[in-house]
Amino acid sequence: MKLLKTAMAGTMESGDIMVTIVPLENGGITLDLTSSVMQQYGRRIGEVIRETLGELGVTNAAVSAVDKGALDCTVRARVSAAAFRCAQAENDHWG
Amino acid sequence: MEKRYVKDRLRRSMMFVPGNNPGMITDARIYGADCIMFDLEDSVAYTEKDAARFLVHNALKTLDFGKKEIVVRINDLTSGLGVRDLEAIIPAGVHVVRLPKTDNAQDVIDCEKEIARIEEKHGIPVGVTGMMAAIESANGVLNAREIAHASDRLIGIALGAEDYVTDLKTTRSDGIELLFARSMILNAARSAGIAALDTVYSDVNNEEGFIEEATLIHKLGFDGKSVINPRQIGPLHHIFIPSEKDLKKAYAIMDAIAEANARGSGVASLNGKMIDKPVVIRAQRLIALAEADNAVEEE
Amino acid sequence: MDELKNIPHIDEIAHRGIFAGVPPKHTATFQERTARQNKVLPSLEAAIRATGLKDGMTISFHHHFRGGDHVVNQVVDTLARMGYKNLTLAASSLAAVHAPLIDHIKSGVITHIETSGLRGDLAEEISRGLMDCPVVFRSHGGRAAAIRSGELHIDVAFLGAPSCDPYGNANGYSRDEDDAIACGSMGYARTDAKYADKVVILTNHLVRYPNAPWAIPEYDVDYIVVMEDIGDPKGIMSGATRYTKNPKELLIAQTAARVIDAAGYFYDGFSMQMGSGGASLATARFLRQMMLDKGIRCRFALGGITGQIAAMHEEGLIDRILDVQSFDLDAALSLRKNRFHHQIGATYYASFLSAAAVDQLDFVILSALEIDTNFNVNVLTGSDGVIRGAIGGHPDTAAGASLSVVVAPLTRGRIPTIIDRVNTIVTPGDVVDVVVTDQGVAVNPRRPEIAEKLRQAGIRVYTIQALKDKAEALVGKPDPIRYTDRVVGVVLYRDNTIIDTIRQIDESPAE
Repeated sequence: MKLLKTAMAGTMESGDIMVTIVPLENGGITLDLTSSVMQQYGRRIGEVIRETLGELGVTNAAVSAVDKGALDCTVRARVSAAAFRCAQAENDHWG
Repeated sequence: MEKRYVKDRLRRSMMFVPGNNPGMITDARIYGADCIMFDLEDSVAYTEKDAARFLVHNALKTLDFGKKEIVVRINDLTSGLGVRDLEAIIPAGVHVVRLPKTDNAQDVIDCEKEIARIEEKHGIPVGVTGMMAAIESANGVLNAREIAHASDRLIGIALGAEDYVTDLKTTRSDGIELLFARSMILNAARSAGIAALDTVYSDVNNEEGFIEEATLIHKLGFDGKSVINPRQIGPLHHIFIPSEKDLKKAYAIMDAIAEANARGSGVASLNGKMIDKPVVIRAQRLIALAEADNAVEEE
Repeated sequence: MDELKNIPHIDEIAHRGIFAGVPPKHTATFQERTARQNKVLPSLEAAIRATGLKDGMTISFHHHFRGGDHVVNQVVDTLARMGYKNLTLAASSLAAVHAPLIDHIKSGVITHIETSGLRGDLAEEISRGLMDCPVVFRSHGGRAAAIRSGELHIDVAFLGAPSCDPYGNANGYSRDEDDAIACGSMGYARTDAKYADKVVILTNHLVRYPNAPWAIPEYDVDYIVVMEDIGDPKGIMSGATRYTKNPKELLIAQTAARVIDAAGYFYDGFSMQMGSGGASLATARFLRQMMLDKGIRCRFALGGITGQIAAMHEEGLIDRILDVQSFDLDAALSLRKNRFHHQIGATYYASFLSAAAVDQLDFVILSALEIDTNFNVNVLTGSDGVIRGAIGGHPDTAAGASLSVVVAPLTRGRIPTIIDRVNTIVTPGDVVDVVVTDQGVAVNPRRPEIAEKLRQAGIRVYTIQALKDKAEALVGKPDPIRYTDRVVGVVLYRDNTIIDTIRQIDESPAE
């Protein structure tokens, strides 16, 4: 997936996560995460973000995320939405 | 082919859940609603339609909703959003697609075509996904019968009153404004053998008003009603609970039938009166309702 | 008058010798006497000096002014100015408003703390290792028992009172017409007043003798200081605790009410206690409807009292209220107005050393931050290991009530409530009977008969393990909180044995 411009998805409401993705030329994925449940789930949220980007073929990006206790499926949804907005594309491969 | 939906099932309550609200999506299953309806349409801002699609898609794939019927309300097809909604939710396993603003049978047919195309694309047996149509205009109400008969996939038709009363040049009041639409929709649904579902009651703090409306639609014969707050579910289900007396009679009828069958007789009677088929059907429905209410949530 | 030796068995008769006349009799009017011979001192400093307080001693406070309390901070500020060091602060509880204590701990004015709970910045700092000596956490009943037994000896009690007469009869309200602040019951302060060596009442409202009814009698009071400000009325009492509209809390409450009924503790003449938390309080609303439907009444409601309980009393659904702490203004007004709304002290409320009202409870509805698969309950430390709560009467009522029902959402945001081991054991699983969540009910295996009754009533009973699994399936398994080895808090059960410790949270970067 080719990222074109900085994009954001999600909200600051409880149970949600706000994800901002900035396209990078190189340097892999950098992640700046703050979470209301950092101690217990910070590690897991990081994993899910990286996994989701990997599945979307995003290799270079600066990701910042403010988490308010989102479940894995929400993290996945918000990262996907932000990435597609970033690529200015529609998802054609739902599955 | 095992269908994702059951045509004839309990649908006393269909709870609306905004499709872009993760907290509400997660909690939706705990309130005892018979059906949960994730909304991609009116409760989602235009600029968030894409995000809501991802959210509902992932929620459907991940979360365990037990035996609840999972409905997704899509945007109408003419908006250009509806097909994208279908693309996201059909592979995620939605049970029933709720089509908004249905004016005629063609709307249903168009939607069904898209659903079939997407099912096929994903190797899902064509026909597993159910549909329901919401009727929200004078045209739709007048076409209710042909809408109800437009597809085998339809599990029911519903009234969407807010748009409808605007179309009628009136407003929501004591219910008289909806009498014709409700009667049309109910009769159309019954003529097609599918469910009739009533509109939302939006003043969540007016429990009395809600109970009045729910009592009315129960009397009319509706299967159930859309709810917008979990607090409405308890009172709604309460209205659908059969009375002790009716229930006793229903069990007596079923006992008499069983006894007649045991005797090898096709004719059953209770207290000297022959039991007609409609009486049996009503008794069965009552018992099903009572058992549904007593049922401890199975998972 | 015979000589003493002529009285038979004189050695067996207790006496103080032979009558030698009386001191001069009062002739001044009652009013003049009240003005001249009273316990009112001109300043807080004067009162402190008069008590003979010395470095290393123990001072005590009550928490009836809750988040609006201005007494603790003013007294400790004054003590600091006067140069006191190494004091033990024993409060019935502390709130976020007491953050200024942080500086007094750093400067050595306060070196030990005893309390039921901690919140806000003070709690955060203590969780991060502010104090050398661990904070001692006791339940309300445990504290009352420790004070009476001398395990917690109070040298000077500084007790704020919304009304007090010149001799020291003090109360949390006044029946005279006035618009002074009120806190309702002063139950927790009564124990301090009775057992402390010296008692100073701080009041902003000196009323005429006799200030009846009183919570604290003058014979327990040594000095009185009239202060301009003892607290912020808004922080002391909100108008009325409102019933929650949160559907999840309502769902839990409704289930809790069904559980109590099904378990057989809902009958004409039952007794109950419930907290002020959302789901716990909302249970009262469902019970009320059930009482109306069934035509039964509650003999008494105990504990922290809310306006909802007071309203049910006024409605005739609750015969008596035993009030150790009024949670809101409506409860305080009811205490002032209704004669069967009765104020009780901490000892009678919950001490294990004597007859206590908690032992007469049919059921109690309690909240929880965490519950573990052994039914242990934590109400003291958050899921991040930081202190942010209070024991209150949790273990006292759980132990006393025939049926203790703990209500909590299965998860809070992403945090599971039901886990393998609570971060801090406050109430042991041995006294917890039923756990009610929004996603299922679990019954302690100690009470198989309750589980059976619930099943018969159509309530599905899960094992606590199944509820834990359910939570985990939804939110995933949390990584454990990291702690250092240093103990920052010691938690005592109501019999004042140590049930758990709280350690300093480890904030070093994870490996």
